[in-house]
Amino acid sequence: MATITPQRFDADTDASEPRDLTIRKGPSDRLFDGITSASGLLVLVIMGAVGLFLTLEALQSLEAVGVSFLTETSWEPDRGQFGIASVLLFTVLIALVAVAIALPVSVATALFIAEVAPTWLRSWLISLVDLMAAVPSVVYGLWGLYLMQGQVIGLSRWLNTWFGWLPFFSVDGADPSSPLASATVYTASTFVAGVVVAMMVMPIQCVVMREVFSQVPPGEREGAFALGSTRWGMMRVVTLPFGRGGMIGGTMLGLGRALGETIAVLLIISPRFDINFHILEAGSNSVSALIASRYAESSEFGLSALFAAGLALFAVTLVVNFTASWFVARSRSGASSEA
Amino acid sequence: MSTTFPDDLQTDADDERGARGARASAPAVEVPPPSAPRTFLPRTREPAGPPPAPRRISGWSRRDALTLAGITVSSLCTTLLLFGRLTPLSGAFGFVLTFFVVFVVSWAVMSSFTENGPAIVDRTMTVLLAAAAVLALFALGSVIVFVFFRAWSAMFSGWFLFVPKPRSNFFTQDLSTTGPLDPLDKGGVFHAIMGTLIQTSLALVFTVPLALTCAVFLNESRSRAAGFVRTIVTAMTALPSIVAGLFIFATWILVLGFERSGLAASISISIMMMPIIIRSADVVLRLVPGSLREAAAALGAPQWRTVWHVVLPTARSGLTTSVILGVARGIGETAPVLLTAGYTATLNVNPFSNAMVSLPLAAFKLVSSPQPNQIARGFGAAAVLMVLVLVLFTIARILGGRPAGRLSKRQVRRRAAQSLVDLERIESRGGRASSTVATAPTEVRS
Repeated sequence: MATITPQRFDADTDASEPRDLTIRKGPSDRLFDGITSASGLLVLVIMGAVGLFLTLEALQSLEAVGVSFLTETSWEPDRGQFGIASVLLFTVLIALVAVAIALPVSVATALFIAEVAPTWLRSWLISLVDLMAAVPSVVYGLWGLYLMQGQVIGLSRWLNTWFGWLPFFSVDGADPSSPLASATVYTASTFVAGVVVAMMVMPIQCVVMREVFSQVPPGEREGAFALGSTRWGMMRVVTLPFGRGGMIGGTMLGLGRALGETIAVLLIISPRFDINFHILEAGSNSVSALIASRYAESSEFGLSALFAAGLALFAVTLVVNFTASWFVARSRSGASSEA
Repeated sequence: MSTTFPDDLQTDADDERGARGARASAPAVEVPPPSAPRTFLPRTREPAGPPPAPRRISGWSRRDALTLAGITVSSLCTTLLLFGRLTPLSGAFGFVLTFFVVFVVSWAVMSSFTENGPAIVDRTMTVLLAAAAVLALFALGSVIVFVFFRAWSAMFSGWFLFVPKPRSNFFTQDLSTTGPLDPLDKGGVFHAIMGTLIQTSLALVFTVPLALTCAVFLNESRSRAAGFVRTIVTAMTALPSIVAGLFIFATWILVLGFERSGLAASISISIMMMPIIIRSADVVLRLVPGSLREAAAALGAPQWRTVWHVVLPTARSGLTTSVILGVARGIGETAPVLLTAGYTATLNVNPFSNAMVSLPLAAFKLVSSPQPNQIARGFGAAAVLMVLVLVLFTIARILGGRPAGRLSKRQVRRRAAQSLVDLERIESRGGRASSTVATAPTEVRS
């Protein structure tokens, strides 16, 4: 039995100090404490072990190549020549394209759900966005490969034709003036993969943002209305500033998911190993797709190299996630929010 | 004295009529000249004639609906004209985009006939926000419809009256004797369905007790360690699934020397699912009202009894939802299964040895084939997977629609019956217990 015994107020205790509360716990509660703490510790150990074992397995290959692991672009571990530079660059590019596409949609959808939608529609929209987050990535991959790619190629060609002077949108070997030009220079590109990953990132960002937007104090909202604001004016001066931390945190959580996406990217891209910022150009890569496609035919050393790549991905994702939760926790609304 | 406020503001469209009545009775107020130091009130200029109608802040009027219908038709026509006659534009993407731009511009122009500056912006932004939600839902709808459309030929053989006739072989056979060129009435994905069910159930057995205990720990422990564990768990929710697979591959298969099996896959899925379930269960448990915990403590219940009899039953529907959502994420994971269980075309119900394929992995492998029948089978596997996710989701929505502590009718009946049993038990113990004790609404069972 947990019994709280208040200390007697005596004349010699200092009245300005708070009293001590002593909690004496019975054996059953000590057992309860032990079991729950053990589970917390176990979770901590499992999560720590993930990092530890990846590092141990990666050491062999990392020792062999040293710092050039970060600068080398090719991936031929059996010739002793491999590095993360190109793969990681493409991974980040895919994630950035995905976030750039998903961010406006998720902010607007979260605002619509939190501020505009009538109550009966709100609960439906919330479940549908949750459903979007639960659709398996292989399904998004099939959708992207067989349906979306054909549509996105048209957009790619249009972007290349009119904005090809921007370094990001130029494509080697594309001839916008020729009506018979093949579309294959635009397939399997970073952009197409980014569009598909955006579908997975959008609901994750939207859930966090909606959570934060729904915590806006009603007093501030009504205050804005009382001062004559329109609904959009209220969102601009109350909801968006209030939810800024949640918006940044949600965006970064989505970025973390986009960096680690495997199967949808693997279905769409055709791998290439170079430094290339042309997001519309055919061929791309990602760390997780590299692991999934190479692990089966790797030698022991090649496997260790793949572990090193996995470790790099793990580290990048962890940094992104920690930054995200730091932003969310520091925001005004963060203490009780879901992220 | 009274003051005038600009009264064309309204926080709620519902009490519009009441406010209008009040204004009609309020006369224009003349501010008396100041004699002593007092609050300065700006002199308001009342417009001549009847006061302007209050601005609507939310809701739609009939006029809005008609305007919307009108400009939808007109922008459709404008876009068709642009695409068909005036410019050499083409493509579905461009058509939708052009239509949307024309639509928003006409909406803003139409608004400007009746509204002033900020209100035009407000109405335009409302349309833009709604368009984003429609876009997201359209994307989701197109994903679901497309997968079922492509899977149709593999799952159904035709129509019987108005009911599609399912291909029984697709749901009851595996692919061990079926080649890529065989017709669709041979072979199926039964082995993948069984694999998914076995792997997911095993993952549930590993995850649920640990995740829920850990969520209880995060909520009940006062130690600083709880905050640290919470940070780590939050950071782990976006753990790349391929890394979870690699971890099990490194420990279970390379270091401990076990073979690839369904068990290894389910452990790696557990590692993926655990942070997700812990985080959402943590949020649900935090919503349990503190007064319930305090009431239990005031009745002398030790902490574990408070948790077991008060906190967990109160949050039961939310906890179920969080577990189901975690399962919905775990069931669709491909990468860890690819690394730890491997692909096979035969049925294997033994999770301890040999490769065991799951639905997402089967879909991934089958669509990699160039044969149209294999691709159709792959889409069929994806569609079965989608059905599983949708079913899980519907269950989660039915259970999770209720906030913490709100009981369904059946639960209320069961609670009442339990109370009666308690009352009888207490009264049968003899004269010591009076009936006033028995009315205490606890569920303490000895």
